[in-house]
Amino acid sequence: MQKTAIRISQSGSGALLLDAAVGAFSDDVQHHLWEMDDRIRDVPGVIETALGMNNVLVIHDPLLINAVELERILRSLWLRAQAKRIAGTIHTLAVFYGGDRGEDLLAWAEHCRMTVQEVVQRHTSGIYTVAAIGGMPGFPYLSGLDPALAWPRRAIPKSGVMEGSVIIGAGQASVMPITAPSGWHILGHTNTGLFDPSKDPPALLQVGDTVRFAIAAVVI
Amino acid sequence: MIEILTTGQLNTIQDLGRPGYLAFGISHSGAMDRPALEVANLLLGNDRMAAGIEVAYFPFRARFNVNCNVAVTGVDCQVLIGDRIYPSWWAVHVQQGQTIILNRPRSGARAYLAFTGGIDVPLLMGSRATDVKSGFGGLKGAGLTRGDRLNLMPGNKILLPEGGLGVKWAGQAENPGEPPITIRVLPAAEFDDFTPESKHAFTTEIWIITANANRMGYHLNGSVLALAKPLELHSHGIVAGTVQVPRSGQPIIQLADANTCGGYPKIATVIDADLYKLAQASATTPLRFSIASTDEAVNAILMRRDAMTKLQIDLRLHLGY
Repeated sequence: MQKTAIRISQSGSGALLLDAAVGAFSDDVQHHLWEMDDRIRDVPGVIETALGMNNVLVIHDPLLINAVELERILRSLWLRAQAKRIAGTIHTLAVFYGGDRGEDLLAWAEHCRMTVQEVVQRHTSGIYTVAAIGGMPGFPYLSGLDPALAWPRRAIPKSGVMEGSVIIGAGQASVMPITAPSGWHILGHTNTGLFDPSKDPPALLQVGDTVRFAIAAVVI
Repeated sequence: MIEILTTGQLNTIQDLGRPGYLAFGISHSGAMDRPALEVANLLLGNDRMAAGIEVAYFPFRARFNVNCNVAVTGVDCQVLIGDRIYPSWWAVHVQQGQTIILNRPRSGARAYLAFTGGIDVPLLMGSRATDVKSGFGGLKGAGLTRGDRLNLMPGNKILLPEGGLGVKWAGQAENPGEPPITIRVLPAAEFDDFTPESKHAFTTEIWIITANANRMGYHLNGSVLALAKPLELHSHGIVAGTVQVPRSGQPIIQLADANTCGGYPKIATVIDADLYKLAQASATTPLRFSIASTDEAVNAILMRRDAMTKLQIDLRLHLGY
């Protein structure tokens, strides 16, 4: 990969945000960040990292490593970063499309100018990759949504979107691991739990895992 | 055991939080006013990570079914134990059967209650903090309700002086007196993407904390801030103190229980040492942002740490723990 220019900015006195995005989300950039993320965590003074979509937030102790020195290290790690291949677990989630818990299914099909059968068929034929986990506990940012299925997020987020809701927002797919507000559209639900705080690790899905959706039922 | 008699859902069990799990999308949580809880635990000779109660809804009443020491810090509120009145930033011994009442403060927002040993709730991912948004930690992942019974961990049974012990520490002197309070920030990633007028307004004008202010974040009211040109950002990790500007142009300060990722432009980040000022600022409080240097932000952390260490040494000598 031709290494793109990265932007590094301060998120307060104890964190740097490394942004490697160039326009639309890139799987290739993300795979390089996966590899780099492991190396960043080994830098003395780094406390933890939060991988985002084509970016990574690096939390550090400014009394152990200052921002200028950390930025220098991050730039050099980026130049040396390789794409990481992760042989992740393959998860198949059974989805009940539509009905009370899939209120946006019909409007989604309409937005895509397809029948409900078509959108469901295309959604289940996709192979999704967990690009990052974040935002809320165990929330997967899934890449791999068929661009024909994309739908801009709601203008106003909806409160209380139920745990297990199968959702899409712009060009990304996901599943709600907890009940929380969300601006994404609700296609249906799955009974597979994605988050359990008493488990180690607490999230079912890991970065690099593959997710497939299967039809449990379609209610129109 | 301590029984909760009067409370609101805003009162939660907190410790210093749950760092290390951002990669799982888990917020740091923990006390909004960290130094206040730290001092409360120091007054009792508790472990640094002992869990106490963050009281944001008053009055708060509880009954002790155990002999122990209790410390109240944070907001300047009236504390009643039995028939005696104590100020906050005070530790005292309580007898089984006694009741503690924290009355509504005149100003400020959050009191911290620590008990000998700390509250015994399960340790989840290294912390006992309640994450209300995600529904785990603390007691059943929720705020305290009437009738809840809290057990205490075994602790350091230090002998407090008759009448208790008060403490003044360096942080208290910084306590914002007359509003508007000044909040120091560092510019964040999109600071220079805002119009010159917006940057000027952000750093010179008065911002009012709206009623939409809780552990997740504070929505502010003031001039409308605008980007020089539209920006599309991918989801990225954020920290407590991040000042985001959504399309409305009205800033939101993300705090302890905020989502770990966001997508809005970020104009600035509140420096760690000033987060406690926000914790103690209630709705309608006016505030001003002042741009700090990285050195100033790091020095403020050092000063805070040194003040805490000095207090710990003084208390150890004084109380013999």
